[in-house]
Amino acid sequence: MTKHKMVVVGAGPAGLAAALEASKNGIDDIIILERDKYLGGILPQCIHNGFGLEYFGEELTGPEYADRFMRDIDQAGIEVLTETMVLNINQDKLITALNKTKGVLKIKAETIILAMGCRERTREKIQIPGDRPAGILSAGTAQRYTNIEGFIPGKEVMILGSGDIGLIMARRMKLEGADVKAVLEIMPFSSGLVRNKVQCLDDFDIPLKLQHTITRIEGKKRLKRVEISKVDKDFNPIKGTQKWINCDTLLLSVGLIPENELSKAMNLKLHPATGGVYVNENRETELKGVYACGNVLHVHDLVDWVSEEAEIAGRSAAEYLNKNQEKRDLPIKITPNKNLTYTVPQKIEYKFKDKKFIKIYLRVEKPMENVKIVFSHNEKSMLSYDKKIVMPGEMVTVNLPVALIKKNMEEIKLSIVEKVGEKNGRT
Amino acid sequence: MEEHDIICTGCPKGCQVTIKTEGDKITDIYGYECPTGKEYAINEFKNPTRILPTTVKVEDGEFPLVPVKTAAPIPKSDLIKAMNFIAEKTVKAPIEIGDILIENILNTGVDVVATRNIKKESEV
Repeated sequence: MTKHKMVVVGAGPAGLAAALEASKNGIDDIIILERDKYLGGILPQCIHNGFGLEYFGEELTGPEYADRFMRDIDQAGIEVLTETMVLNINQDKLITALNKTKGVLKIKAETIILAMGCRERTREKIQIPGDRPAGILSAGTAQRYTNIEGFIPGKEVMILGSGDIGLIMARRMKLEGADVKAVLEIMPFSSGLVRNKVQCLDDFDIPLKLQHTITRIEGKKRLKRVEISKVDKDFNPIKGTQKWINCDTLLLSVGLIPENELSKAMNLKLHPATGGVYVNENRETELKGVYACGNVLHVHDLVDWVSEEAEIAGRSAAEYLNKNQEKRDLPIKITPNKNLTYTVPQKIEYKFKDKKFIKIYLRVEKPMENVKIVFSHNEKSMLSYDKKIVMPGEMVTVNLPVALIKKNMEEIKLSIVEKVGEKNGRT
Repeated sequence: MEEHDIICTGCPKGCQVTIKTEGDKITDIYGYECPTGKEYAINEFKNPTRILPTTVKVEDGEFPLVPVKTAAPIPKSDLIKAMNFIAEKTVKAPIEIGDILIENILNTGVDVVATRNIKKESEV
């Protein structure tokens, strides 16, 4: 058995940023465990631009964004074990991992950063009936084939789901010469960024069919055609709207699931809306000294926010190791109220010291315009921010000034409400 | 007179801006809700450009492809032409981030640069 002050599980953007930040805060005994051969997680296959605008203030591609962190990790001399799969973590922070050459490893950690990321939902998960031919892939798998392995997955492509990966792959397949027939979205709005809808679909005249889904798949060896249907407001297919579309490839971009098998092994409870564990403002889980950040905690739409969140976790873990933390007498619950699906963190547990703000990440239920984001305590408003527009596809961040937080508070609620009497007419 | 609808990408709102033109002259522009929308729509009408990210084939590399991008935006109308040009190209490993793999693509004045380090296969 070996011992380390900090073990980071996963060398994607979250794991790298957390490790670096801990190192900058004086922690010198860090090891990162990564199951892949290379660092960077999903970033190396995200060859498109649009990364880093928030974090670096310049536009980078995925591989470039990853490279900046990889170089810093290298310079900081942080140990990385690749091709190492963590199999289990127990509540005493004992990690069991499997390495290609070293075999079974037992590592005892003083702190652990969970940064395992997420995986894609599959056809099975959304239960599309029909045959099971070749040619049905998750959008991320198709991205890996196209951008790293050098295989184009097909020639006539349908895409289900208008999340960013679906939109990005629509353009990518089109640029590589495929006929991208349509992107279907079951919701009445696209869940991707506006920029991606314009530059990935509109630029290439790829139709986006809202309130549509796939109701049947046909093909013996290879996918031959799919049946699409319009759906009603409860997402049920409307009879009589079915249409068959010939295609040899179906890409699924139907959501991401945080990969929390290890968290579950540690008996950590999962939040029904985020799919991640519960954390306080330090991104510390219910187990002291164990932190979670990035897409394993909640699915982010921008990697920039992942880096930022991972730094909070890395910094806090360093404070924990340096015994530089003090708990509040009472924890404060942060509760999502009207029109919100979740907030991260879910509670505030420590004294603020030199902190001026607690940054709250939140996701809204539905698109809304001209709204107020309201913090309230005991039904009384503490603070509100105006927002022109909020969308479920774009995470919202708001700062809660610590000056407003009083000693005896037990719960702060967050709501999104429409501003009344200020309708901003659209021409 | 012609009408062009342009969706602004400046923020999540995605205002639909309409530009009316006589020949090359803009006679009317409306639908934007902030100055960014107006400016975006005018640029997008006059000279729409995009950064093109794609891949180039690699010989002797640890991977068969190297990701690349145009170092600056190129005209939107050149994207497919540029893809066809890049498809013919093969480069040799090792490659470093920022290496110019194609100079002045399609005489746009813009280079195509590598966005990932690719080692030689024999050195991995």
